[in-house]
Amino acid sequence: MLAGAYGEGVALAMRVIVGLGRISGAPRLVEITSAHVDSCLYHGRVSLDFADRLVGLGASVRVPTTLNVGSVDLLHPGLVRSETSQQRQTLAGGRRLMSAYLELGCTATWTCAPYQLPGRPALGEHVAWAESNAVVFANSVLGARTDRYGDFVDICAAITGRAPYAGLQTEDARRGTVVFDCRPLGHAFLASELAYPLLGHHVGSLAGAENPVLVGLPGDVGEDSLKALGAAAASSGEVALFHAVGVTPEAPTLERALHGLAPLRAHEVTLPTMRATRAELSTFGSGRLDAVSIGTPHASYAECETLAGLLRDGPPIHDGVAFYLSTGRATRARAERSGVLQVIESAGVTVVVDTCTYVTSILSPAARRVMTNSAKWAHYAPGNIDVAVVLGSTRECVESARLGRVALDDALFAEELG
Amino acid sequence: MRVAARALAGGAGEGVSIRLSAPLSFWGGTDSRGRIVDAHHPQCGAVLAGRVVVMESGRGSSSSSSVLAEQIRTKAAPAAIVLARPDAIVALAAIVARELYGLDVPIVVVATPHHEQIPAGVLVRVDSTAVMW
Repeated sequence: MLAGAYGEGVALAMRVIVGLGRISGAPRLVEITSAHVDSCLYHGRVSLDFADRLVGLGASVRVPTTLNVGSVDLLHPGLVRSETSQQRQTLAGGRRLMSAYLELGCTATWTCAPYQLPGRPALGEHVAWAESNAVVFANSVLGARTDRYGDFVDICAAITGRAPYAGLQTEDARRGTVVFDCRPLGHAFLASELAYPLLGHHVGSLAGAENPVLVGLPGDVGEDSLKALGAAAASSGEVALFHAVGVTPEAPTLERALHGLAPLRAHEVTLPTMRATRAELSTFGSGRLDAVSIGTPHASYAECETLAGLLRDGPPIHDGVAFYLSTGRATRARAERSGVLQVIESAGVTVVVDTCTYVTSILSPAARRVMTNSAKWAHYAPGNIDVAVVLGSTRECVESARLGRVALDDALFAEELG
Repeated sequence: MRVAARALAGGAGEGVSIRLSAPLSFWGGTDSRGRIVDAHHPQCGAVLAGRVVVMESGRGSSSSSSVLAEQIRTKAAPAAIVLARPDAIVALAAIVARELYGLDVPIVVVATPHHEQIPAGVLVRVDSTAVMW
């Protein structure tokens, strides 16, 4: 491949993969069964130059390849703002970039939650997934093996069908190393939605690049909670794999999660810490609310149903609040078939697909104070789109949106009696 | 002073050093002029363009390779990055910028404890084998 027998496009992709292999000290490459590509989000000319070079050299993907969000909601292109020349440039470049990735043979999934689609990888399968939340979900919840690939590498792995045998592709690197005992949080807290973004942010902050092992999560904790946890931990830290004992496939016991070795560190997580984590993630905590954004990573169908359930009855959303839900186009289509979408939209929620409200200009410039149920959104939006942010559960988001001001329920953090 | 370095991406660069006391995500953490905009980062507001950035590692989103590569293309990138451990996301940006534009920003690893000895605020030169000040 390197020598150009498969074409110059494959040779370029292979130079990148081999370059990465050298950096990571890989003894060899490993064949992958799928790829998830994040390089389709426009970050400037370089994004387009790279994709155009590959297209121009005749490259195409060798394995099934899904695409992460782009810069444009292709189903509702008017949603992305185009007032400034920079916004118009991103819109035009973003659209061209999305086309280039389709020309390379990728599937038009346009979601940061490819694990919500059919055909996801099985336990032990080697894949090359990018996008930090998708990586941590594939490794932790599915037990598939992917290292933490950056942009450019993802598409090069898809084109060559190979990735360096290094990092989390290897057994040893998957050992849990830092233990978080969540039992002091109690059952009621651990049954709440907010527990998982908060835990994820906290665990990521303390674990850094280590593999956290969570002890005491309920055995029936859902994939949406694990999604929120992983996304938050990959934003506040470099977490690309966590184990939850009795929940995730490589952690039937604490000992197995630790590969029979002693942990480097152990922490206990308490309710006051979780309360402080919410405050740390929020840049305001009361008063006027301009917008709500939920669905980062993309809302699952179950999350759309939950939102529809909350919106179905009760007062309307306040006139001064714009309410956004980000999801994948496949989930949107399912919600449309079932009627869930109509409930959400008729309540005044703007449903965004193919992109996300914090990677491109969707929110109105008047939206200064925003509430979200996502620790990842709360972490990045102040820097990305210059808004003040407050973290709340989906229920708190809906209640606050109806009132036009922030309404938080801190009873969640009260110690359980008995 | 001179400490040995291992190049993840080659080249030579020099600039006034800045030490980051926490890992940085270029995506979401820096703007198009190379300024730190991550409100949670201790050095928020610092401009990295043209500096020799000394940090243990990158952090967070895998989009950072593109953001850094674009900063290299527009000359808003650090003059060099000195890591304490290999970080492929940071290094890939430099590898791709070289493929596409022929521009070099050295990304090197200096093992601890030498990494901690590199001072902040002095003129530092980085090449594929060493960091000098």
